[in-house]
Amino acid sequence: MTIAHDLMVLAPELILAIGSMAALMIGAFAGDGASRLISYLMALLMFLAGCLVLTGEPATAFHGAFTVDAFTRFAKILVLGSSALCIIMAQAFFETEKQVRFEMPVLIGLSTIGMLLMVSASSFLALYLGMELQSLALYVLAAFNRDSLKSTEAGLKYFVLGALSSGMLLYGISLIYGFTGSTDFVAIAGIIQSSGVSIGLIFGLVFLIAGLAFKISAVPFHMWAPDVYEGAPTPITAFFTTAAKVAALALTIRAIMIPFSGAFQQWQQIIVVVSVLSMALGAVAAIGQNNIKRLMAYSSIGHMGYALLGLAAGSAEGVKGMLIYMAFYAITNIGTFICIQAMRRDGEAVETISDLAGLARSRPGFAFALAVFMWSLAGLPPLAGIIAKWYVFLAAMHAGLAIPAVLGVLASCVGAYYYLRIAKIMYFDEPAKAFDKGFGGRGLGVIVTLSAVFTVGLIVVPWLLLSPAAVAAEAILH
Amino acid sequence: MMLQAIAFYVFAAVLLFSGAVVVTSRNPVYSVLFLILAFFNAAGLFVLLGAEFLAMILVIVYVGAVAVLFLFVVMMLDVDFAELKKGAQSYLLPGLGIGGLLAVELILAVAMKWNFATQAMPAATTPKGITNTAALGHILYTDYIFYFQGAGLILLVAMIGAIVLTLRHKSGVKRQNAWTQISRGPAESMSVVEVKSGEGVE
Repeated sequence: MTIAHDLMVLAPELILAIGSMAALMIGAFAGDGASRLISYLMALLMFLAGCLVLTGEPATAFHGAFTVDAFTRFAKILVLGSSALCIIMAQAFFETEKQVRFEMPVLIGLSTIGMLLMVSASSFLALYLGMELQSLALYVLAAFNRDSLKSTEAGLKYFVLGALSSGMLLYGISLIYGFTGSTDFVAIAGIIQSSGVSIGLIFGLVFLIAGLAFKISAVPFHMWAPDVYEGAPTPITAFFTTAAKVAALALTIRAIMIPFSGAFQQWQQIIVVVSVLSMALGAVAAIGQNNIKRLMAYSSIGHMGYALLGLAAGSAEGVKGMLIYMAFYAITNIGTFICIQAMRRDGEAVETISDLAGLARSRPGFAFALAVFMWSLAGLPPLAGIIAKWYVFLAAMHAGLAIPAVLGVLASCVGAYYYLRIAKIMYFDEPAKAFDKGFGGRGLGVIVTLSAVFTVGLIVVPWLLLSPAAVAAEAILH
Repeated sequence: MMLQAIAFYVFAAVLLFSGAVVVTSRNPVYSVLFLILAFFNAAGLFVLLGAEFLAMILVIVYVGAVAVLFLFVVMMLDVDFAELKKGAQSYLLPGLGIGGLLAVELILAVAMKWNFATQAMPAATTPKGITNTAALGHILYTDYIFYFQGAGLILLVAMIGAIVLTLRHKSGVKRQNAWTQISRGPAESMSVVEVKSGEGVE
């Protein structure tokens, strides 16, 4: 393998990396006035990188540290798409708040590179580097509004707890290395095949899963999520719940299913427990929330639980369910967060659920879109949410996980209450004062519409998502 | 061999002891000083493994830069550590409980079966004929170029982050402008004044 071949495989990441550095230079010389230009430049670069990802052939590079296959393609398209939309959202948001700084799109770009590296990582060293690159940029973005106490608190909390989770992850990786003698995913799978699972290796696996569960905010490593999601600027929260979650879930699938395919019995029980607890907490804890961002944080914890149920199945079908789930969740969430970002009254952002009262009368389109997203997140037919849940639960049933699947259905019934409550408040409560016009930026209304059209229309053309997800899932098991 | 074993145990014991003191010491300055001692002993362990380059880097980077920076921060910032520790007291019991549980589990696992993979045990050997540093350089820029550049990107993010979060452009601060200084001529900076006797210069 020549270096030229390796670089070609890495082309999407390289384009983004060089583009980010160029954007940094433009910003450093042109100042914050160039922020809009840089934002659109980064979004365009992500689009280009997406095209390169689509045309990329399956390959490995850098001595097996970096893998490209159908699975990474699916996850990377999702990550790049969500990141590009979040940059456009964030540019509009910071312009309205008059806090424009050119580092924002650059940091989102660098974080996206980290996510792409995470998705493609096929050795534990590459996994850790990708994850740190992504997280470090996210910590800064969470605290980006440095004059707000809540935002700085969010950044600091995320940083301290993130460092703790990195410590657990590294401890796990060092144990795994100690008991297998390799950090390469495929090599570890081979060693487990030939010499079995030792008790030390299970210890490493447990620490690894703890570190990964922290990154996807699954119970019992979820406690940072509500505070961080509430404190961070709204478009950044959207970035956390879409691109960052997709990348972390894709990484979890690869880092558990590929090296530890021989230790399925051992990790399945952990994933089942984590999944059931997340579903339950997400359903119950969100009920008492008044702040819509906090509510979305608990909702996110719950949705991670549903997605992990697909991983617990341990089959290609389960991975396919997870991928559909990730796609549905990312697209619906982008729409939801643009709506949350558009909740402004007299130029001030408002975040409580009661502010939505009677929205259907003053802004019927806005209210309808948000109601569609809530209906879909609740997993009620006939929207996208039910399709995603259906495939995850089906895979769990086929894998003999009937009890967790039934618990999941129950949790989703309980959770439907708080999603539908938002719809009820918008449609049946006495109207509060109307929100400011528009979605707070050019093009954002279009994105909300597209997101709603996807959510409604997926039932008509499900193959659009199902067939690429099936191809991607096959790539994991071979 | 005997000497090596003695050196290992001395380094390891001092390392563990100073690590414990870093956490438990009341005075933060002592904590930093013991941290420096811990770094020196870790460097000693690296020398025993034959990794001189890592040992020297540890001393130069961690002792020379990081630890001294810590010392500056601890001495210059008025952080009331006693006050900070009071808050931590309330978490002591649950923390000790969870930590103890983890320790017991790990020890039980050791007692049961704790076989490291044979290929993970030996330290990587330096190829014959070149120095440790050269060998590291050879693989760092070839086999490990991907990781190396990835780490570089992380440092770039750290740098951007530090600037984004702390740099504030204050208005009303007088800044040095080298060009204005250099291009200053005698015409604008000097004037000839005739001083009458008995009067001062205004």
